[in-house]
Amino acid sequence: MTEEIIIAGFGGQGVLSMGKILAYSGVMQDKEVSWMPSYGPEMRGGTANVSVIISDERISSPIINTFDTAIILNQQSLDKFEHSVKPGGLLIYDPNGITHEPTRKDINIYKIAATAKAQELGISKVFNMVVLGGFLKLKPIVDKQYIHEGLEHSLPQRHWNLIPQNEEAIEIGKGLIEPVQTL
Amino acid sequence: MANTDIEARKQELLNQGYTEVYTKTKVLTDAVMHYCPGCGHGTTHRLIAEVIDEMGIQDKTVGVSPVGCSVLAYNYFDVDFQEAAHGRAPALATAIKRLNPDTFVFTYQGDGDLAAIGTAETIHACNRGENITMIFVNNGIYGMTGGQMAPTTLIGMKSATTPYGRRVDLNGYPLRITELISTLPGTYYVTRQSVQNPAAVRKAKAAIRKAFENQKLKKGLSFVEILSNCNSGWKMTPVQANKWMEDNMMPNYPIGDIKVDGKLVENVDVNRLAVDHPLTVMQ
Amino acid sequence: MAKELKLMKGNEAIARAMIASGTDGYFGYPITPQSEVMETLMAEKPWEDTGMVVLQAESEVASINMVYGGAATGKKVATSSSSPGISLMQEGLTYLAGAEIPCLIVNVMRGGPGLGTIQPSQSDYFQSVKGGGHGDYQLYTLAPASVQEMYDFVFDAWDIAFKYRNPVLILSDGAIGQCMEKLYTRDYIPRWTEEERRKNAPWGTWGKPANRPHNIITSLELESSRQEVFNHKLQAKYAEMKEKEVRYEMLNCEDADYIFVAYGSSSRIAMKAMQMAREKGIKVGLFRLITLFPFPTKQLAEVAKHVKGILCVEMSAGQMIEDVKIATSCGVKTEHFGRFGGIIPTPTEVLEALENKIIK
Repeated sequence: MTEEIIIAGFGGQGVLSMGKILAYSGVMQDKEVSWMPSYGPEMRGGTANVSVIISDERISSPIINTFDTAIILNQQSLDKFEHSVKPGGLLIYDPNGITHEPTRKDINIYKIAATAKAQELGISKVFNMVVLGGFLKLKPIVDKQYIHEGLEHSLPQRHWNLIPQNEEAIEIGKGLIEPVQTL
Repeated sequence: MANTDIEARKQELLNQGYTEVYTKTKVLTDAVMHYCPGCGHGTTHRLIAEVIDEMGIQDKTVGVSPVGCSVLAYNYFDVDFQEAAHGRAPALATAIKRLNPDTFVFTYQGDGDLAAIGTAETIHACNRGENITMIFVNNGIYGMTGGQMAPTTLIGMKSATTPYGRRVDLNGYPLRITELISTLPGTYYVTRQSVQNPAAVRKAKAAIRKAFENQKLKKGLSFVEILSNCNSGWKMTPVQANKWMEDNMMPNYPIGDIKVDGKLVENVDVNRLAVDHPLTVMQ
Repeated sequence: MAKELKLMKGNEAIARAMIASGTDGYFGYPITPQSEVMETLMAEKPWEDTGMVVLQAESEVASINMVYGGAATGKKVATSSSSPGISLMQEGLTYLAGAEIPCLIVNVMRGGPGLGTIQPSQSDYFQSVKGGGHGDYQLYTLAPASVQEMYDFVFDAWDIAFKYRNPVLILSDGAIGQCMEKLYTRDYIPRWTEEERRKNAPWGTWGKPANRPHNIITSLELESSRQEVFNHKLQAKYAEMKEKEVRYEMLNCEDADYIFVAYGSSSRIAMKAMQMAREKGIKVGLFRLITLFPFPTKQLAEVAKHVKGILCVEMSAGQMIEDVKIATSCGVKTEHFGRFGGIIPTPTEVLEALENKIIK
């Protein structure tokens, strides 16, 4: 199993930390992982993205240009990465702020209205975990117990009291994701 | 003359009834100094060596030599020594002291090294208040490379690169780096001394002693400027050069303490610059 | 701290390895993409725990000279920077090599020339192994290709640095520096005791005891005949490194018709391209350089005997390729493929380059 993922959105949406929690969960499950962010001025209020690879084998390149899954949280990222999804791959997007829907016909497309739901529930801080939940519903590449360990390792100990809220958000995301187009 | 020969000759003279009035300090090596006769480097070396000897810290002292006339200072001091790249001695000394807080660390630099190419390292070591002793020998010229203009060259003063005299419009003002660093909160003791006569030598030694004592007490950075002639660079005899130094260098670089125990000395104007002081004739 | 499994950035791994390997001091200046090294050290406050000194210097010029001062007392002292900062350090590096001071320098490369870009690049190969500073000197140069190697090579660096009394350079790039991967940390090695320092670095300047002559650390020798003798000594040291300390990795080279030669993050991309090629039935291998100096000349020449072509993959305009051609005496078709200015080539591009430049 090798899963190559791009997570992309605005800086401040928790893109990098979502990737880190996913990657750390993979480490806890004894998978090979890599987490490769975009960095530099583009992150200051602009777009942020991170490639995460989780695999059962030694990972060759942490830098990749095609993806099994793209998790897209704004229009710029959709424009940039829709064409990088491998044929037959998966595109997940949050419809918040999306004006041009994805157009690919050869990939699976799901949407998750995580921004709206998180606002409704007053849990905007864990919005990214709602999105992660949606992804894990479709691709359960790491087990629930390891997600818990991944959260423990990713968050400083003083924030461990927030872990249950993060896990709840993941569960909410699992129920929220809906298909737009399946092959 | 080998060491044993010197000892034998000394004993012979003592036996003849002579009295020993002057002897080599044990912290200096037997290497013959390459400095020009009459230059202030030799005297300044001796004073530092005497202080190290008197304080009993030879086994704990690490010196840092510059690039310039005193590049080979490590051959003359019988203490562990590092030779720095041009201007970088304060950076070396910073790390030596921080990694070896029980050692006594001193830098020895000239005006080009400390106040031109090494200005950043000088100011930042002073500003961090590194617990080290900085010795700064100022002769207003690049001696080793053949007498070019230094940051401390006086207005109107001739050098190999200011053959018609230093011009403010072309070269800017002489840099009084000692006054400048005295304004930094990290410096604890800042003084300017000279070594052209016995009285001056005694005061210079007291200043160097104080600078090392401050280090022992972990007071922060002590900075001792020594005004020196550069008789060969100035193209004068040593006697003329000392006279010229008193007449011209000292009005621009006044002798005395500038900052003591972390406080600027009263009535010392660190902004003052004798720009209107006319140079006495250079040969 | 004992052995642990972590997810960590390459830059953080460097910092944590410095603490864990008993490093005595770190002096640095912030520059993207490696500032996490000093940030991690400052956050970890090792001076409270191991006694390691960490200081932010006023410039890279100052930090490399602080390395000189500290390391010349026989302690393990390191710095890190990225390309423009490493350029500023070149004076210090040649003095360190000339004064035979063991120390560690980490370059997390970014694109140049000039201020260039902050994105990853590998265009400092020449600077690293062909001088950089003046004079005939070499830095033992390690090129990590993973976060684990960023960590492990710090430990290896101290062994080599003190064995040969020579500066060691870890030549990485922004991709490995910023990437997070799985990492097994090691047991802490305590900093040397005073006795160990004196035993391991008898040449150090820590204060002259009565029973030895004063130690002098200098790179100056005004007498040319003695300077030549000293240069011969340095060359003998480098020759011994070439003999004993070469490191490389070969993947699928046994049956390969073609090989990629690469180091650092390029070797990871080439490895992916190799896998893609094998899926297409093209027998491709990867010869990964781990030491750039000493270069695995003999080993590469041996492999080159039975391949039809070599593609050098490097994020530069083609620097490493010169040493590859020297190693193979230009006896096999050898081409360069690289992106530069901060652009990272994709595995697809690398495979296409192999097909277009070598196989076609």
